[in-house]
Order: sequence, then structure tokens, then C-alpha cells
Amino acid sequence: MADMVNFEDTKYYTNRELSWIDFNHRILGEARDKTNKLFERLKFLSITASNLDEFYMVRVASLKDMAHAGYTKTDISGMKPQEQLKAINEKVHSFVNLQYSTYNRSLIPLLHQNGLKMLGSFDEMNEEQKEYADRYFKEEVYPVLTPMAVDSSRPFPLIRNKTLNIAALMNEKNSKDEELEFATVQVPSVLPRFVKLPSDGKTTSIILLETIIQNNIDKLFLNYNVICSYPYRIMRNADFSIEEEEAADLLKEIKKQLKKRQWGEVIRLETDEKIDKRLLKILKKELHIKEEDIFRINGPLDLTFLMKLYGIDGFSKFKDKKYVPQPVPGINSEEDIFTQISRGDILLHHPYMTFDPVVQFIRQASRDENVLAIKQTLYRVSGNSPIIASLAEAAENGKQVTVLVELKARFDEENNIIWAQKLEKAGCHVIYGLLGLKTHSKITLVVRREEDGIKRYVHLGTGNYNDATAKLYTDMGMFTCNTQIGEDATAVFNMISGYSEPRSWNKLSLAPHWLRDKFMYLIRREIKFAKEGKDAFITAKMNSLCDRKIIAALYEASAAGVKINLIIRGICCLKTGIPGVSDNITVRSIVGMFLEHSRIFYFHNDGNEEVYMGSADWMPRNLDKRVEILFPVEDENLKNEVIHILQVQLEDNMKAQMMNEKGEYIKIDRRGRKKLCAQEYFCQEAEERTKNKESGRRSKVFIPMENTKDGD
Amino acid sequence: MAVTTFAAIDVGSYELEMKIFEISQKNKIVMVDHIRHVIELGKDTYTHGKVSFENIDELCNVLKKFTVVMDEYQVKSYTAYATSAIREAENKEIILDRIHVSTGINVKVLSNSEQRFLCYKALSSREEEFESFIKESTAIVDVGAGSIQISLFDKHSLVTTQNIKLGSLRIRELLYNISNGRQHFDRLIEELINNDIQTFKRMFLKDRPIKNIIAIGEYVVYFARKGTDNKLKSMMSRKQFLERFSTFNEKSPQQISDKLGITEEQASLLIPCAQVYKKFIEETETENIWIPGVDLCDGIAAEYAIMTKKLAFRHDFQEDIVGAARIIAKRYKANLNHIAILEANVTNIFDAIKKYHGLGKRERLLLQISAILHDCGKYVSMSSPAECSYNIIMSTEIIGLSHIEREVVANVVKYNTMDLPGNGSEISISDKSKYLLIIKLTAMLRVANAMDRSHKQKFKDFKTTLNGGRLMLTTFTNEDITLEKGLVEAKAELFEEIYGIKPVLRQKVLH
Repeated sequence: MADMVNFEDTKYYTNRELSWIDFNHRILGEARDKTNKLFERLKFLSITASNLDEFYMVRVASLKDMAHAGYTKTDISGMKPQEQLKAINEKVHSFVNLQYSTYNRSLIPLLHQNGLKMLGSFDEMNEEQKEYADRYFKEEVYPVLTPMAVDSSRPFPLIRNKTLNIAALMNEKNSKDEELEFATVQVPSVLPRFVKLPSDGKTTSIILLETIIQNNIDKLFLNYNVICSYPYRIMRNADFSIEEEEAADLLKEIKKQLKKRQWGEVIRLETDEKIDKRLLKILKKELHIKEEDIFRINGPLDLTFLMKLYGIDGFSKFKDKKYVPQPVPGINSEEDIFTQISRGDILLHHPYMTFDPVVQFIRQASRDENVLAIKQTLYRVSGNSPIIASLAEAAENGKQVTVLVELKARFDEENNIIWAQKLEKAGCHVIYGLLGLKTHSKITLVVRREEDGIKRYVHLGTGNYNDATAKLYTDMGMFTCNTQIGEDATAVFNMISGYSEPRSWNKLSLAPHWLRDKFMYLIRREIKFAKEGKDAFITAKMNSLCDRKIIAALYEASAAGVKINLIIRGICCLKTGIPGVSDNITVRSIVGMFLEHSRIFYFHNDGNEEVYMGSADWMPRNLDKRVEILFPVEDENLKNEVIHILQVQLEDNMKAQMMNEKGEYIKIDRRGRKKLCAQEYFCQEAEERTKNKESGRRSKVFIPMENTKDGD
Repeated sequence: MAVTTFAAIDVGSYELEMKIFEISQKNKIVMVDHIRHVIELGKDTYTHGKVSFENIDELCNVLKKFTVVMDEYQVKSYTAYATSAIREAENKEIILDRIHVSTGINVKVLSNSEQRFLCYKALSSREEEFESFIKESTAIVDVGAGSIQISLFDKHSLVTTQNIKLGSLRIRELLYNISNGRQHFDRLIEELINNDIQTFKRMFLKDRPIKNIIAIGEYVVYFARKGTDNKLKSMMSRKQFLERFSTFNEKSPQQISDKLGITEEQASLLIPCAQVYKKFIEETETENIWIPGVDLCDGIAAEYAIMTKKLAFRHDFQEDIVGAARIIAKRYKANLNHIAILEANVTNIFDAIKKYHGLGKRERLLLQISAILHDCGKYVSMSSPAECSYNIIMSTEIIGLSHIEREVVANVVKYNTMDLPGNGSEISISDKSKYLLIIKLTAMLRVANAMDRSHKQKFKDFKTTLNGGRLMLTTFTNEDITLEKGLVEAKAELFEEIYGIKPVLRQKVLH
């Protein structure tokens, strides 16, 4: 009868937006977790805030678009856009309440206890501080403010997306007219969000910029009496779609759209919960916002400033010790990187291992006289990227440099335009993305002329070529000079350059055309083995899982007896524990000090285990709308290493949470087990390897994972 | 380090293609890059007679980009060939000039037989498989965009080659508008190709059961793909092929393109291509089908490697050309004994006076072929054999020879017996610079032919010696050679005029 189950039935799926909110909830959990250090908790809270902003700008915005257009098609879980918006709204409201109760009830008191005081108003200041704040206002703030009043001759001004503003009600001095007027002023984003006040030394006192402005607001409207003033902040629809087919020049089109982003529909209004009703009414009317999209906040708006607060001097005992990425085993600094890669494939596990070899790879290639060409895809790059500098240098050294800069990488568009132009000036062949597709793959190809002819060196990764995020995101990478992968890499770049696809691929699987089939094939193969009564299992790690076809295949696999362990950081539309559908599937999410980002896929294949890594999640956008690469890890040692990494993550009982049959994420029961935090484990392991290497022992040390579970 | 980087460019009817190769003793020919760009030049030429302005532009742009890739690999030399789309285009010269001016690339136009010969040279890069496959009677069936080429092998050497002007693109363009629905389309293809294949069978396959087929050409490769993982299933049995065909034939181009991961356009070309193979397999005894996946670019590389002596192959391609010529002679009931002696004599003379004519190996081959085909015209008419021979040669494909080379052969044969026009420009040949070559070769052929006028092979073995302005041709026969002596003297006029040597027949009687 199992065959009768419709695995695509919407009841077996969770809405991706709601699942995402759960993910943000798990991050908030870290902010609430007392075992985390205080400043780390601030950071987590800040992340939840910036995540939520992006979620609104992109996801909620596009749902709103659908709802406006009268689009009623249901999602994977059978919900119409309107229903989703309603559910999201409820969930986000309670989420925000939890954010601020965490801030007000836990973090602020704790900060105060430990010598950091967040001042809510001028009343809490001493004279010296008041004077300082006033002077700061006069000298630094006042010159950059642009107060704007609204009346019959002055229309309501453009309020910029994500900016913090102060709205005020006032009436004219010496006027008999009782009528109230509205004015608004933007809290300048060029100034720091908070100001450190002079203090006695024991306690650091901090005041927010908007509080300083509010306290001095009458100085902005000298002819008026300001009745009240409250901060507010709006979020606009930023999900622009580019008519690529019609855009003659993608670069110009994106620049144009970026400007338009400032004009999108207002989809969220945050304001102080104590806001004057009359003031709110004006805002509601002018911004065309509905009641349910208003968030009344008990505390400072836009908690992302906490990330900056994390950076203030001192308080180091409340912060985690900064982890120093360790050298990559198998790479030394004496020999050139090409010789080392020629010895065999090299695995990199960031941020436990340093990203430096990747930077070195490109730097050495740019200067190596035998290198003919360097080709790379860039999605998000860091400010002042050493990789960009090396690519430019390579072009200046007469090498053929082809770079695909994905202009459509969301929220990095402006940044990427600048790099793209810089590279072009240096003489690189720059491709600004592909029509209708985002290039999300992370691949670098170095073509080198050697004794026996052309030799290709390839770096493939799960994360962006961004040396800054490589210290914060967990990602995997691999260097190889495998001929077949080299051929495929060349074909990838030929395709990106606009030539036809190759007649066949050797090792790599590419989205959008081939990757989905590859995954389906790999899952089906396990189903086949399970049906033959053989052991069959899949372990997969990714950021999100929301592809209906893949999930249906996983359900089918589970029903056939394939054991499936998923490590999914964020969205997961799959439900576990449904009898006959997903009772062989576990889902866990790891949220830790580093952002889990690697994508690893491990198939048992009747004992001929296959391990793949890549840039794609199991999401429709990754499989259908992007250029993604999946690559196999074939070297036995490296394969074992990757499997080891997956196993450690499956054993995590500190930062991992398991999905239960209700779809909730629950901390793992540690009774009888040793505490294990995968991220910490990898940090230590990397450090130990360095130590062992330094003390002369070159052998790799694997620390066996012992299952100390009780007999029951 | 003896690695040569070489680029082969194929300006095809459907695609522009470039392969970058590394050629070395150690690794033979290794492809290091392969880029393709779809541009349907054939569609222009086959339907409008010429390539459109837009397509010429696009063609130049892509070739320009090819030069960047060539720079990237620091390619030492390249060969660029164009095939039927350009060959048959009215504006051929303009296209070639535009390409040269805007990209610096010199594109040469291949004749059909050269093109096919190259594809077949490409097979030699798969030496092991190739040699073992052609042990049995084998047909190379090459279904291209513009035409089908069928070449037959018997006992290791090439026997014949025929071109049928019905390629995938041509079939599709021809039938697409007149068919209503897929089934009808299929039936029309059947009918269209059936006639040609029947004719071929009647003419060339009478007593030659075909055991193996080597399928080359651009579309069949897609047919051989295993699902979407793109691996090539290169060996198939008759049963496997036909089974695959029938599952395949039930699908729409849309489904085929999904299944094989190719464009619908490609799928629509694949259907007529597969039909042709199926028909051919059904009409013959074919048991095995090999789809090696080689193309013109591979052939270009092989040719380059052989020509520059970077590599040597076991298979003797020259022998194939000679073999093909012999088969033609046989078909026109030529006197094979006479031909054999003539071939020997004329090459003997050629070798003896090398210093005087300064010609090379390729010209020697042309001379040899001229000898083989010298009297095929008698099959048609005893009274004007020269003209008839000329016409037969001009309308018979000889694999491996370019069009111009074939013109040379035809003229040499013609003027072997006819008087040369006083003015060279009256010789009918598209490349006037070949005029002298024709005369040089004709001079030698005339002498050699005179030596066996009686067709009695009196000069079976003879010695050549150069002796003070005289070419002594010494025979050891006991027969009377008066006739030959007289004839040689008469026929040697041209020879003397050109080389300044007088051929003299001498007889040493054996006791």
C-alpha cells in the first residue's frame, strides 16, 4: 500500500517562509542562551534583526506582489499568498516581541550589571554627559540633519528604505491656529548609531543617536513648539525584477533599478510603541500601510546596531576568543601551490582552516610565467579583495583573465558593479552574469603550460571567494588537477562565455540543466538498493531544503527504507516522523558562532560510497535558475575526511537542534552523552593538527567519535 | 618538450567549432579545449543560396573570439576549414574575405571528398578500435547537415565512397513545411531516403554484405548518449540500435531534447539523421555499430600531425586513395594488367628525373592516379576516350582528393592522348597556376603509356639511367619492341620540350 502514498501531497510540506522564521527563531535562541557569552548574544540578536529586514525586503515583498496581482496559486504546503502573509504576520509579531523581551529583560540588565549602560533618555545622564551629548548634537549631528515639515505646499517627503527617522508633531509658535503640523527628520546614517558618553571609568555609558536628536528636536524647528516626537522606520519592497530580455545594458539597468529600490511599496512600519496616535495616523495614511504591518516596538528600532556595539573596546571576557584559522594540512608555504596540488587533491575546511591558500592560488597564478589563463566566477567579494587585486595583476601580466561577476547577487549589486569595472579596466574579460540565470557556482580555473603540455588546476568550493566571510562561514573547498575535472572546468567557462554546452561532462554536474537529474538519480539509486534489501543511506548537509521533487524523492526513499540524515541550517519544507512517509528521516539544524554554509552530499551506494560537495542547496532556485556546480570528492583520504566532518556534525549535541514530528526544533537530549559542539570540535581539531605538525609528526590524527549512548 | 599546440576550426553548416589540441610523441593527439557555437549557415545556403549578412557578421564575431582562445593557449598554428554551407554559397569568396579581413583567419573551403577523408583520418586517432573494426567489411556512414557520405571498407582498405545530397538539415528543410504531423513526416523521410539507399545498394553492395557500420557526423553522437549523464554509448549491436530507435521515435523533439539534454533544434535534426541510419542498417546485414564521436576537427588535427611528421599512423591513407582509384578503374572495365605496368613505369620515370621536375609526393600520387584512370573513358566510347575519361573523373568522387586535384588528374588523362592547346589558359581548370603541373605530369604519362602501347607488358621490369641529356629506359625483354620504340619517340616530344631530356628505349636481350 505504500505505493499509494502521494508524496507530493501538500500536507507533507511546511511553508518555506514559516520554516525560515523558525530558523531565525533558532538564532534568537542563541541570543537567549545563557551559556553563550554576553556579547556573543548581542551579536546573535543583531543577526536576527538584519535577517528579518532582508526577509521582509525580499520574501514578504514578493508575496505582497503576488497577493496584489491576485495570484492564488498555492505553495508547496498548499497556502495561498494571502494566507502565507497572514501566517507570517502573526509569527513575526510574536517573534519581534521575543526579540525585545530578550533585549529588555535579559541583555540590558546583564550589560548594566557588567558595566555597560544603555541610556534610554537624557534624564539618566549626569551634567557632564548631558553637556557632552548636547555639544555632540550641535557640532556633529545638527549640520547633517535635514528636517522636513509637511504642509499644503510641501508634500510628504520620500522616506528611504531601512533608514531610521524621527516623526514629530508640532504647532507654530504664536499662532492662533490649533492645527498640528507634521515633520520628519532622518537619523543620519553617516554617523554612528550610538555615542559613548564620558563616564567615571567603571561603567561605560551609551546613548543612541536618535535619543540625542529627539532631545534636541526643538532646535530643528525654531518657530514651532514640538508636541511629541517618535522614531520610526520603514521597509520597502526591494525585490526588483529586471527585464533582462529588454535590458540592452545589464549594468545600466541594475544601476537604474537600484535607485528605484528607494521607491518600492512600504511593507513594514516599525515605530515606538508609545507613539502618539495622531502621529501614527499621519504615517499610516502617507505611507499607505495597513494596521497589521505596523510593529509597535518596545525599545530601540533596528537592533542591527548591536553588531557595532559588539565591537566597542573592552569587555573581551564577554566575547569568544577570536579563532585563528589554522594552516591547511598538505599545504606548506615553501613550495609553489601548483607543485603541491600536483601531489594530490587538497581539501579545505573553512574557517577552521585558513582561506589563504585560495588567495595564494590566484596570486601565484597571476605571477607565474607558465600560467596562460585564470578564470573565475565571483558572486560576493569582500571589500578590498586581494583576489580582485590578483586578477587585475594577472591581466596586467598578460594572462588571459576571464571573470564572471554576478551583478545580480542580491544586495551586493552596487559593490559588484564597482569591482567589475575595475577588473575591466585592468584588461580582464568580464562577464556580467548570464541572461536569466544567476551564476552561483564557485569555481576557479588556472591553465598552465607545463612540460607535458597544458595542465589545469581547479579550485571548487561551497562558498564565495570572499576572504572576509571565509572567517565566519563554514565552507568546504577542494584543489585538484584531475584532468577530467579540468576539462569540465574549461567547459564550464566556455559555457559561461556563451558557447554551446559540451557534448558530455566527466565529473561535474551543473545546474540548471543536469544537476536536478543527478540528484534524483543518486536518490533513486539508494531507493533501488533499499528495495533489494541492501543497506542504503543518504547524509546531506545544506542551507535550505525546499524543492518539492527532491523532498518527494526523499519521502519515497524513506518509505523504501533508506536512512536519511539531513543537516539543514535554515529552511526545511520537509517534515520528519510521518509514518510511512518520513519516519526514516532526521533533520537537524546547527546554529553556532560560525554560519553553517557548506553543502555536502553523501550517498552509501551499496558500499561504494560517493561524496559530493557544491554550491547548490536543494531549492528550486538553485536547481533551475542558477548556474551551480556539484563536484565529487574521490580521493579516499579526502572522502573519509568529509564523511568524518558529517559524522561529527551528526553527533553535535550542543548547537544542533532536531526537528520533531510536530516540526519544532528541539535541543538534543544529552543525557549520558559527552558534550559535543561540532564547530568547537573542528576548531580544536585544526589546532591540534597544526600543533602535531609543528612538533614534527606529520601524520593526520583522526579523533574517533565514540558513541557513549546508554544501552537503552 | 615537444608539445605542439594546434587549433582546428570547423566552419560547419550548423555549428562553428574549434578544438585546441596538443600534439606530442608521448601523448599523441590530446584535445585540451573544445568550443562550439550554433549558427545555421546551412539553413541560409540551402534555402536562399547564400549566407545572410547577419550571419556573416555573427560568424566573424565568433571567429574573432576564437582567436582570443587561440592566444590563450599560445597556439602555434591552426587550420580552419569550411564545409558545404560555405562551399555552396554564392557569396563564398566574399565571406572568406570578410573573415580574413576582420579576424585574420584564413578559412579554406574543403571539397566534399576532402572533408570526408578528414573525418576518416580522424578515426585513425582511435587506431586500435579502427583497425580491428575494419577487418570485416565495414561502411563508414556519415550523416551530416548537408549530405550523407557512405564509404566502404574491405580488407583494411577503402573501396568506394559515395555522396548523397541528403543531410539532416536538408531533409528537415525539405520536408518540414510539406508534412502534416510527425507520423507523416517520418513516412516522408522514409520515402525520400529509401530511393537513394536502394540505388546505392544496387550499385555498390551487390556482393558485399556489410557487417559493421562506423557512424560519424555530428548528430548521431546525440543519439548515442545514455540519458542525461551524457556518457557516450559508442558500441551498439544491431538490436540495441533498433531498440533505441523505436523508443526514440515515439518521442517528440521536445521530449527528445529533454531526455538528452539537447536543444529542440538539435533534436529536430537528430530525427532525420537517426532515420537514415536505421534505414541503412535495415537494408544491410549490419551487426555492429560504432559511434566513435570523432569529428572534422579531430581529422584536421590528425592531418596536421601526419603532414608535419609529428606523428605517424599505422594506417596508410595514401593507399586508400590509390585503392579507391583502382576500384573506379575496375568499374569502367579498364585493362588492369596494363594499368599495373603503366603505374609502375610512370612512377619509375617520375623518381628517375626528380631533379628535373622538382615535384613532391603528392604530385607523384596524382600521377599514379592519372595512370590508373587513364583509359576509363573507353567504357563509354572508343572514339573519344579522352573526353569521356575526363568527364568520368570530373563526376566521380575520389576520396582524399580536393576538387582541384581531381581537375588535375582529369586533365592529365585527357591530354595524355589529346593535343595540348597551344595556350595553357585554354585548359579547363579553376586554378590556373596548376597549368604547368598538368603539363609536367602529362609529359611523363605519355612516355610511360607509349612504353606499353601493345598492352603486352613488355616493359615489366626495366632500368632507368640518366646519361648526358638522355633518359635511358632499358628493358630485358626478348620480345620485339619496335612498336614501342617508335611510339616513345613520337610521344617524347613534350617530355623533351619540358625537361630537356630525351627518353630512349633500349633493349638488352636475355639469353
